[in-house]
Amino acid sequence: MSTTVDRTHEGAPQQPAPEIVRVSVPQRSLASELRAIRIVWRRELIRFKSDRLRIVTSLVQPLLFLFVLGSGLQSIANAGTHGVDLKTFIYPGILCIAVMFTAMFSAASIVWDREFGFLREMMVAPVRRSSIVIGKCLGGATVASFQGVIVIALAGLVGVPYDPLLILGIFGLQLLLAFSITAFGVMVAVRIKQMQSFMGVMQMIVMPMFFISGALFSVAALPTWLTILNRIDPLTYAVDPMRKLVFSHLSLSPAAQKALDPGVTWWGWHVPGLLEAFVIFALGIVMLGIAICEFSTTE
Amino acid sequence: MGSSENGHHPAAIEVRELTKTFGDVQAVRGVDFEVATGEVFGFLGPNGAGKTTTINMLCTLARPTSGEARVAGHDVVRERDDVRRNIGLVFQDPTLDGYLTAAQNLRLHAELYGVQSDLVEPRMRQVMTMVGLWDRKDTTVGTFSGGMRRRLEIARGLMHSPRVLFLDEPTIGLDPQTRRSIWEYIRELKEREEITIFMTTHYMDEAEWCDRIAIMDHGQIVALERPEELKAQVGTDRVMIHTEDDEAAIAALAERFGIEAGMSEGMVTFGVPAGEEFVPRLFSDLGVPIKSVNVSRPTLDDVFMSYTGTTIRDAEEDQSRHRNRVMMQMMHGGRR
Repeated sequence: MSTTVDRTHEGAPQQPAPEIVRVSVPQRSLASELRAIRIVWRRELIRFKSDRLRIVTSLVQPLLFLFVLGSGLQSIANAGTHGVDLKTFIYPGILCIAVMFTAMFSAASIVWDREFGFLREMMVAPVRRSSIVIGKCLGGATVASFQGVIVIALAGLVGVPYDPLLILGIFGLQLLLAFSITAFGVMVAVRIKQMQSFMGVMQMIVMPMFFISGALFSVAALPTWLTILNRIDPLTYAVDPMRKLVFSHLSLSPAAQKALDPGVTWWGWHVPGLLEAFVIFALGIVMLGIAICEFSTTE
Repeated sequence: MGSSENGHHPAAIEVRELTKTFGDVQAVRGVDFEVATGEVFGFLGPNGAGKTTTINMLCTLARPTSGEARVAGHDVVRERDDVRRNIGLVFQDPTLDGYLTAAQNLRLHAELYGVQSDLVEPRMRQVMTMVGLWDRKDTTVGTFSGGMRRRLEIARGLMHSPRVLFLDEPTIGLDPQTRRSIWEYIRELKEREEITIFMTTHYMDEAEWCDRIAIMDHGQIVALERPEELKAQVGTDRVMIHTEDDEAAIAALAERFGIEAGMSEGMVTFGVPAGEEFVPRLFSDLGVPIKSVNVSRPTLDDVFMSYTGTTIRDAEEDQSRHRNRVMMQMMHGGRR
């Protein structure tokens, strides 16, 4: 408040900015939309960086699963894993869930922004609502990927080799997943006005998706009802190719390979990894589309 | 439409028979007015009178139910983006990102509005210097006080050199000192930049700063004049008395003095040309014991009272129920 004194002697020689800087806002164009997407994306990164606690907290749960559950259940699981470390087995699934938690959290920022009014600032800007949604989704995907990278860095601890091609493949897959999950989260977040409700809804959706996806078990020889649910769960199609990728870089006995990495099947047909990745991508695009439509018609 | 942008615009804001209905509640009922370029135009009225709804329609945030409005020469429904490019907004509720610094908030705004990259920095410096926040530019907004946030919001609203600046209750909830400094910025703005300012307030004393005031009540404009003209119209002093029997006093005033009095803030209230000289007569002739007397010169509050038959404070209490109803309507399917 003490700083207001400067204004009284404007035009004085020591006042550095007496000239009025007039700017003008151009007509809407592709360039201005791209600029809007970029700044919304950058805001997500700035916020993520300033919120170090979040980086830590969203890693706690996946790491608990990986190291505590993985180590704890090892002795029981020994019979079925054919000598493979349980941690290695669940690693792809844990990577997916780590990315998923972070992506969902990023999407939550829309609800947050609404509660704290900032959403309004973006809503009245002369840009397309779709630019804001795309910026948000890309931002969420980037942030979630950072989280993924931390988990990728731990690969060596669970017996997964640091093979450049493998790392690249995993990174690509988790980026795709991060984008799709953020799009899904944004789609949900646009409709929800309160943070508590959003968190409740997320819990209701995320945990079942995680458990059903096969992140913690093999997708073959499941009871019929679980097989059906598993094939419907979108996360299945992220965990499975990730696991295929990891297992193709391990030297395992055929029996272990068969038991632990049976691959997802549709009516007996083995779904190729690329198709699975495409399923995730296509779902992401569809949900992004829905999110944009919803967002464009609110308020 | 962009090329003729600098052509002559007779008015910064033109509004014709604007209405807005939420469900069965008519929030704005046929409003007409024009605001000239460079004017500071005040919208005065109790909460729930339809001020914010009107401002939202002018800012393209709400779609009019009927009628038409042009802002900076563009139709608020058909040329939404053109309106948005030319207006700055300061909302009643804060809309800053508390996690970002002051400068980051302004930069984000500049990027969203597509301000030329090489002008972002100098413009930011200018608007932040004006509101006295330049040396706090790298501070996280979350640590700012309410007054600092409001000042930053004003600076942000000016980032893209809008032709019309909308301020919805810019000083609500601020201490008198901050309120005063905000009014100084507004005055300075008016002098330095060719900007039209449209604002709402329910502080009577603030309305005096405006070039013209529209008094809004129950969704309609009941008076539109320069502040001094409005006050001149009242022309009477306001007398408020506490009596032993208010109803008898009102009856006696009508009968013996021919004065129509009403109840306001729990006191019998009426207007007379020369209040002080009237008081002795009041004591001798009223016939109802008087406990206390208060005589005051005309204020905008009296103007408000003369148009609406109630003071702004009473109207607020009365309308808070109405407002709740409007809000309920808005929440339950009143959205477009």
